[in-house]
Amino acid sequence: MVNLGDWNKEIAVEMAQSDDIELSEEHWDVINFLRDYFEEYQIAPAVRVLTKAIGKQFGKEKGNSKYLYSLFPYGPGKQGCRFAGLPKPTGCI
Amino acid sequence: MLHIVNKSSFERNSLKSCLNTIDDTSIILLIEDGVISAANNVNSYMLADLAADSRVFALQEDIDARGISSKVADNIKLVDYAGFVDLVVEQGTAVSWV
Amino acid sequence: MSTKKFIYLNRKAPYGTVYALESLEVVLIAAAFEQDVSLAFIDDGVYQIIKGQNTDGIGMKNFSKTYHALGDYDVNKIYVSAESLEERGLSVDDLMPLTYEDEDDDWAEKTSIKIISNVQLTKIMSEQDVCLSF
Repeated sequence: MVNLGDWNKEIAVEMAQSDDIELSEEHWDVINFLRDYFEEYQIAPAVRVLTKAIGKQFGKEKGNSKYLYSLFPYGPGKQGCRFAGLPKPTGCI
Repeated sequence: MLHIVNKSSFERNSLKSCLNTIDDTSIILLIEDGVISAANNVNSYMLADLAADSRVFALQEDIDARGISSKVADNIKLVDYAGFVDLVVEQGTAVSWV
Repeated sequence: MSTKKFIYLNRKAPYGTVYALESLEVVLIAAAFEQDVSLAFIDDGVYQIIKGQNTDGIGMKNFSKTYHALGDYDVNKIYVSAESLEERGLSVDDLMPLTYEDEDDDWAEKTSIKIISNVQLTKIMSEQDVCLSF
């Protein structure tokens, strides 16, 4: 995706389908969080920052990379941000 | 003649060099990091006399980007991009002190 | 991974050149790798963290918002030169409030900004492993 403004939910669903993922409410929590974070700070958060923030907002049991990787097997930064229509987090390899 | 300065005078001496060469019909337009010299600091004092004579302009968009709109020194006139074009047209000759 | 002490000296105004944004990106990378990162804003660099920046008119990304994320990245040592502020007719009230949540103090929100003199900066720099100037 070239323009951030081109994103919509259907695009996210389609990108996920081509990765064999059906987006659940838990996925959307993370995707929406990533988009809100980007709106506020103009960057996608690093995985460490994301993990901490998700734990704070959605409960401790979700604030770990095991949980986030269970949702996004190719990485919450790389894959999550792609579904959210955002650039990769700075420092994400 | 229109003199366009786009560097901060804390960083480069372009404003000073420009002031050394102007005559009494010249006007100065501050753009990009040049607008820092409009922000009520030691560099805007150099411009005070010219500004009092309505000969100093600064680009509003660059002032806003840098969050210094409340700091613009007295008598410095703000122009937008359209006003920038008008100045170039009116003055005929422009020099950019890059 | 070994941790080193990094300080980034930010010396240029934002938007006119690419230095400020480049520095911020490198800072975020270092912080993502959990290094001990400090920032210093000196000379025209103090304009990078001025309140109320609005880039709609110049069509560039307003990356001043990103400095607010530094606390999340555990970057909470932000030094600002008193002399540089003074020369520019600026004060701490003109700066964006940059804060972090202190893990060791029940996540209390604290300011990351510390106004320092050149003498103090010299000392802080002497305590670093790596010093990068932008």
